Amino acid sequence: MSSTEGATEGARAATVNLPRSLVALFPGADRRMEARGATVLDVIRDLDTRVPGLANRVLDAGPSLRTHLNVFVDGEQVGLDAAVRPGARVHVIPAVSGG
Amino acid sequence: MTSRVALLVGTSKGAFILDGDADRRDWRVRGPLCEGWPTHDISVGPSGELLAGAGSPWFGPAVWRSDDLGETWTHASDGLTYGDDGPKVTTVWNVTAGLDGLYAGVEPAGLFKSTDGGQTWKHVEGLTNHPSRPQWGPGAGGLILHTIVPHPTDPQRMWVGISAVGVFETQDGGATWQTRNKGVRADFYPENRYPEFGQCVHKLVIAADGGGERLYQQNHCGVYRSTDGAASWDEITPGLPSQFGFVMTAHPRDPLTVWNIPLSEPEQGRMMPDGAAAVWRTNDGGETWSRHGDGLPQEDAFVGVLREAMAHDTLDPVGVYFGTSTGQLYGSADEGRTWSKVADNLPPIWSVEAHVVD
Repeated sequence: MSSTEGATEGARAATVNLPRSLVALFPGADRRMEARGATVLDVIRDLDTRVPGLANRVLDAGPSLRTHLNVFVDGEQVGLDAAVRPGARVHVIPAVSGG
Repeated sequence: MTSRVALLVGTSKGAFILDGDADRRDWRVRGPLCEGWPTHDISVGPSGELLAGAGSPWFGPAVWRSDDLGETWTHASDGLTYGDDGPKVTTVWNVTAGLDGLYAGVEPAGLFKSTDGGQTWKHVEGLTNHPSRPQWGPGAGGLILHTIVPHPTDPQRMWVGISAVGVFETQDGGATWQTRNKGVRADFYPENRYPEFGQCVHKLVIAADGGGERLYQQNHCGVYRSTDGAASWDEITPGLPSQFGFVMTAHPRDPLTVWNIPLSEPEQGRMMPDGAAAVWRTNDGGETWSRHGDGLPQEDAFVGVLREAMAHDTLDPVGVYFGTSTGQLYGSADEGRTWSKVADNLPPIWSVEAHVVD
């Protein structure tokens, strides 16, 4: 799917960078996508409208961010309720865990 | 058409499929599948679809599905939740096709049902609402619903196994559940060793008598047989070298034949006794047992087998298979009498299922 789909009218979208291991679960998804939302949670839900099921992989009950995923906005590690400014750079990064 | 067997293997580092030849002697390994997700169980649905229960440390629980024998997969988890205020579901431990839909057992222990082939799931609240729920406690593998046994003909009836809680049965399609642990020991309690629940069931299987009344279980504390639909259990441990083990599988046509793999005591390594690998078999419903190690390593074999890691096929003679927690997979094409290595150097094996492909 196009990386610019969903970035329609209104303020500039945020650019979301997704990890390779997450994108691999959704054939056709791009590692870099644009999405809109006032908060990180809103951005993830916007992505889910174009990549159905993505929110289930990133969000746990609560909703909360899955334990071993981290989100950064403009280089700062944040939670789901963090504000996302127009044009922000959002990174979803798997934590270092496992064996 | 010649039948062949595909072994569906769940491991800590993804799913694998081993395609066998017609003689069940040569095997080709495919994998890792399911993106390397830790896979606790793979089963076969009513249309021949493969269903894998898995949970990623990063991306959560899901049921994976393949309609082309594992070439391509999709995953879904809509509804696999206790709600925003409930405990978080970490992984899917079991996926089993029932008579009226698919069922998934998860950690923390609970049951979910799908009537759309695994795309969406609904919590079977009747089990979670059992009055014993506040007292459920985990075994070493967590508080897990690891075994689902549908009744062969009655969609209203089903048994599940939960560690370390015991066996439950529903007779009304999941609305209400009853404990089914009468006669099963729980040696880890100081006084009442036969409580209503709290037993550590490791594996529950149903015999092929068609009536749904004969079941067997490998428990933390012994091996048992029931001839009354799990209402009561008789111990059939005598004749085995250990009361402890995880796996058990029942002959697809002979209700008196069951295979299991005794392991050393839980505090002493949980390995096949004396460094010699063997599968044990009864032909008389547990009255007597015989040891079968021909073709298995008989020296320096310090291996264990986990609860979902033994299976049988439905050919004649029946093929029996087991995988070890150190990545070896063994098979027998003569009902467990002689064995050969199917694969080595797999990741730790958590589950084995044998799928006959025509």
